[in-house]
Amino acid sequence: MDLTLRIWRQNGAEAPGRLEEHAVTGVEPDMSFLEMLDVLNETLLKEGRDPVTFEHDCREGICGSCGLVINGIPHGPGERSSTCQLHMRHFKSGDTITIEPWRVHSFPILKDLMVDRSALDSIIQSHGYISVSTGSPPDAGTRLIGKPEADQAMDAAECIGCGACAAACPNGSAMLFVAAKVSHLASLPQGRIEAAERVRDMTRTMFSCGFGNCSNHYECEAACPKGISLKFIAKLNRESLKALFRG
Amino acid sequence: MILKDHLLLRKILMAGTGILLALFLLGHMLGNTTIFGFYGGINAYAHHIQGLGPLLWLIRLVMLAVLLIHVFFAIVLTLENRKAKPNRYQVRAYQRTDFAGRTMIYTGLIILAFLLYHLLHFTLGLTNPDLYHLQDSAGRHDVFSMVVRSFQNIFIALAYTIGLVALFFHLSHGAYSLFQTMGWNSDRFMPATEGFGKGLAVLLLVGFLLIPVSALLGLLA
Repeated sequence: MDLTLRIWRQNGAEAPGRLEEHAVTGVEPDMSFLEMLDVLNETLLKEGRDPVTFEHDCREGICGSCGLVINGIPHGPGERSSTCQLHMRHFKSGDTITIEPWRVHSFPILKDLMVDRSALDSIIQSHGYISVSTGSPPDAGTRLIGKPEADQAMDAAECIGCGACAAACPNGSAMLFVAAKVSHLASLPQGRIEAAERVRDMTRTMFSCGFGNCSNHYECEAACPKGISLKFIAKLNRESLKALFRG
Repeated sequence: MILKDHLLLRKILMAGTGILLALFLLGHMLGNTTIFGFYGGINAYAHHIQGLGPLLWLIRLVMLAVLLIHVFFAIVLTLENRKAKPNRYQVRAYQRTDFAGRTMIYTGLIILAFLLYHLLHFTLGLTNPDLYHLQDSAGRHDVFSMVVRSFQNIFIALAYTIGLVALFFHLSHGAYSLFQTMGWNSDRFMPATEGFGKGLAVLLLVGFLLIPVSALLGLLA
């Protein structure tokens, strides 16, 4: 299939950006979106031109490195798939595809389609952990955890930290990310001990990094490649109210 | 200050004050229906409310504080959100959000402007003083004539309709959104909250609009 790509090109955070048009030919429907961009970059390199910068790592939908806004949707039109898991069969020959980077104040553009997502790391560093002495893992079954609680924690732990929630949010809020991390730990007895401090620290860091507020547009859940549920944002709000009374 | 440590509390305050404002509106709408002759008519109802004395002033002051908190945080949070998203996408395809959700600050400001006009019109009687000083045969403030004759003016009826339509959109997002912000939502409960929000928005729109429409059609005489 033959496609026309309109790709955002920008040399650094402060540089002006623009959409650049490229034609790609010979794209197979079984290629992933990133493989299609590889084809484009090979052509650009052969022509001695600057290849398009984009981030990727595992290409299996589990590392959270890739992330492009494709035709106005973070990670594109695929359901619950990251950009690397989006296949070209979602498009047809002759299509024009607009590709942009995450556009959030807290994710400055490094180059073209690559943004700096260290704000998410700052949120994790602020209290996305439990304070226990590490060592060899404890024996299984020493602390019994109910199946519903374990399931809830695992559902929240699915978050791969790609930042699509903030990219999709009209307010540039990372609430779904913070909600997933807070809920994951608050659902388990080991995480409950520091639940109040955690929700306070992580939300404070979220705002100090410049993310916006959640106003329940629910775009985040629709964009999330892991289908992290909105119920975790409700849980984050509950945890925040609880923290108010626990210090 | 506690809000500095618990920043999500600002949004929770928006939802909490929103609940109180919506409850007030529900009560206001039910009270308004006395214009159709229930419980001795609206003049008797207004006379009763005026007779509450200090309690009336307490309610007014509480509602004013609630409104100011709601408006203050709406503006602060909206400005923060704009700063968090300075650059727009060249192409944007929304998947879940709707018109009502994206226009909350605008519908909110229209409602605020409408509220000021409404207070000047009916509570303070400054915009139509000729209609404000009427008395009924029992010597009470003639609210019935004031309302009916006001709404027979198409421009006044139109101003109220604009305010009420803005309120409809504002509530159709706000009245279900609050369940999420208050932390009362779950997967199972969510569809019901959306239905509740839209239902409340329709109920208040129809309930309030019934009066200007009836006055314009000459059904209230």
